[in-house]
This record gives sequence, structure tokens and C-alpha cells, in this order.
Amino acid sequence: MRHDHLVTTKQLSRADIETVLDRAAEIDADPAAFADRHAGTLLGLLFFEPSTRTKMSFETAMKRLGGDVVDMGSVESSSIKKGESLADTVRVIEGYVDGIVLRHPRQGSAKMGGEYVDVPLLNAGDGAGHHPTQTLLDLYTIRENAGLDDLTIGVMGDLKYGRTVHSLAHALTNFDASQHFVSPESLKLPRGVRYDLHEEGASVREHTDLEEVLPELDVLYVTRIQRERFPDENEYREIAGEYRVDAETLSAAEDDLPVMHPLPRVDEIAADVDDTDHATYFEQAHNGVPVRMALLDLLVGDSE
Amino acid sequence: MSDHELRVSKIRSGTVIDHIPGGQALNVLAILDIDGSGGEEVSIGMNVPSDRLGRKDIVKVEGRELSQDEVDVLSLIAPDATINIVRDYDVVDKHRLERPGHVSGVLECPNRNCISTDDEPIDSKFEVLPDGVRCEYCETIVREDIPDRVRSA
Repeated sequence: MRHDHLVTTKQLSRADIETVLDRAAEIDADPAAFADRHAGTLLGLLFFEPSTRTKMSFETAMKRLGGDVVDMGSVESSSIKKGESLADTVRVIEGYVDGIVLRHPRQGSAKMGGEYVDVPLLNAGDGAGHHPTQTLLDLYTIRENAGLDDLTIGVMGDLKYGRTVHSLAHALTNFDASQHFVSPESLKLPRGVRYDLHEEGASVREHTDLEEVLPELDVLYVTRIQRERFPDENEYREIAGEYRVDAETLSAAEDDLPVMHPLPRVDEIAADVDDTDHATYFEQAHNGVPVRMALLDLLVGDSE
Repeated sequence: MSDHELRVSKIRSGTVIDHIPGGQALNVLAILDIDGSGGEEVSIGMNVPSDRLGRKDIVKVEGRELSQDEVDVLSLIAPDATINIVRDYDVVDKHRLERPGHVSGVLECPNRNCISTDDEPIDSKFEVLPDGVRCEYCETIVREDIPDRVRSA
């Protein structure tokens, strides 16, 4: 696998995805073998939006490969405040580092950033657009827990603005998964994503009620419905309440149904699920490190 | 020649864009980046009666032969337009528009969260679909009201 940048999962073939997941599995099995593999490699972290998991797991991944990171810090303390364009920022940082990780609130920011730099640029979330590295760790988790072949997956929550959902949906077309999307009417998949899935011939069904489809799922992927998507607090509370999962909801599911979530959750997965065999979201978050190590190993630095 | 065509005078040499949907002539000029500041002589006929379109616009640009690449982008708002290249009052070439695969710097993305709407040094880029256009940055699909998305001249 050799792509200059990782902007969207649409650019990845099934073979590309399997290369990353296989490498992640090798790293998981023997982390020590990779410990000094990228000594001297420096990764630039450009996060224009808050992030805990993505940023810290990239930092951990680079350091566990023997490299290091430089971090732009918060937007408030950077020259972005002075009105610098993103195109200028990435061109400057490119001169300091061997690879760039970019999170930015605007859709298409990673694609544009990639047009201006030669070092590999990894999209860590571009607004409501894509989040391909999250998808790769999601796929790794799915493969470990349910397998990627003949998969029937339910994806529930904010499908309109949820970038992890968009990236996952595109990637799963490589595996002929049967995809069920569960959301309120106002937060259905955007037209662009539906268009792509249709073009790919994906098996897609949309629902407003999880109960319709829960018993047949191999994986349930839950995302957060954000307060700011609704003009009215009461409407938000009512809708968010309908798309909440607890231990009782899951009694209708297969006993070993993995429940995933890109985190952070608010209350869309009740705490009583944490103690069940369904809870897979912390394992999923932990998988961010080996999967991002695999990506850095394959894309950044001088390894084969 | 019918009476209504005489309302816009013949040109000696240049380009005549005919069969533009009524009311779209100014968008045609905006797309072609012709605003008069280049000194071109430009004649416009708007809402001229037309057998084929009911009402049509006509744009005549004196002294400039527009290439196929330059005019194909007009197919987004004037799919039935015809292009006449005129030399010494004679039409030497007449052709229809072909739908381009991509257009750059012509349309504005309607998504306010798209990076192409920020103050960045990039032109908007759209893939042309059979029934619309799609922003190459944020992937928003626009099917309706494409003329409203023509960037201001």
C-alpha cells in the first residue's frame, strides 16, 4: 500500500484495508518488534478542533514506533488566530516533519491540505466529512469480534453529520456488508453518501426504529446525537432518548452482539451496558493505537 | 433572418452564443468571466421570442473566439446553447455544447462548512454528474438551482 495521503476511505481497496489490519495485528501480537522501527521520525499534529482519543492515540502510536510528535497546540495559541490560511499552515509545517495529522472543522480540508504538501497527510476528521483512521480501527475491531465477511451491521445515531459513519459506510462496501442505518428523519445519511453507496451497489436499508432490525445484527455501531443539531432542547431530549441503548434494549439482540461507539458517548449507551459482553467500545478505542501504528508504519517514514 | 434576431446587431468577428434559456445571459457572461473590463464589445439579447425555447437569450462577443473548453462549462446552465464562431460576418463554425467532466472556479459550493468557501487560495472544483454537480472538496451534490451557484462575476 502506498498512498501519498489518507483523506477518505473511498480511496482504499479491500486489499489496502487488509494490509493495514494485518499489520495492526502483527503489532498487537509483538509490539516490541516495532519499538524502534521509526526512530527519528517526526509527526506533526495539527488539530484545529478538540480531540482526546484521536490525538493521544496518534501521539502514542508514533512514540511506540520510536518516533516523536510536534503539536501545533490549540488554535487560540497559534498563528491561525492571526488569519493564516490552512494552505499556508500545512506548507510551513511540512518543512518541519515527516508526516502530518490534520483535524479541521471544514469538510474537504484534508483534501485541500493534501494538495499543498508532499509529506503524507492523514485526515483525522474534516468537519462532517470523513474520518478514515477511525474507520480502520473500527474495521479492526469488527474483524476481531464478528469478522468482516457476510456482515450485517446496524449503524445508529447522527448519520447526517457523523463523519465516522460516512467513512465506515464507504469502507464496508469493500466487504459487501449489509448495512442498516437507524436514525431520526432529520439525521439520515446525507445525499452524497447515499449516492456513493448506491453507485457502489451497496446493500443499504434505512430505519427509524432499532427494534425493526436489532435481532438480525452482527454488530451495532452507535454514534452520539449532538445537542447543537437541534434548535430546541426539548426536541433534542425526546429524539436522543429514542436512540439510546441500554441492557434491556439489548435483550432482543444476539447474546454476543458487539456494541461499538467511536466515543465520546454522553448517554446514548447506558452505563449498564458496560458490564455486559456487548460492550466493545473501550476495546475499540484501545485498538486506535495498533491501527494507527500500522498506518504510520505503512505511510510515514522509510519503512518498506 | 427573422425580425427578432435583428434586435441584436450582427458582429464582424467573434462568438455568438445562441439558445440560452431566457434570463441566463448574465450568468453566461459571469461564467465566461466577461464583465466588460477587458474591453470586448458585448451585445446581449434577453427574453427574445424563440420557437424552440419560448424565450431565449443571445450573447455576442466581438473580437473573441471562445474555445470548446471555454464554452462547455455553459452546459451546466444552458444545455441547449449553440456556439457560432463568426469571421468577416460569416459563420465559420457552429457547434453544440458538450458536458465537461469537471468544472473549476465557476460555481460556489452551497455548503458553508466546505473548505472551498473559506479564504483559501483554491478554486472551487465540481465533478459534473449526469443530473447535477458535486463539490470535489466536501462532496455535496447540487441538482437544483445550479444557476444560483454561479460565482459572482
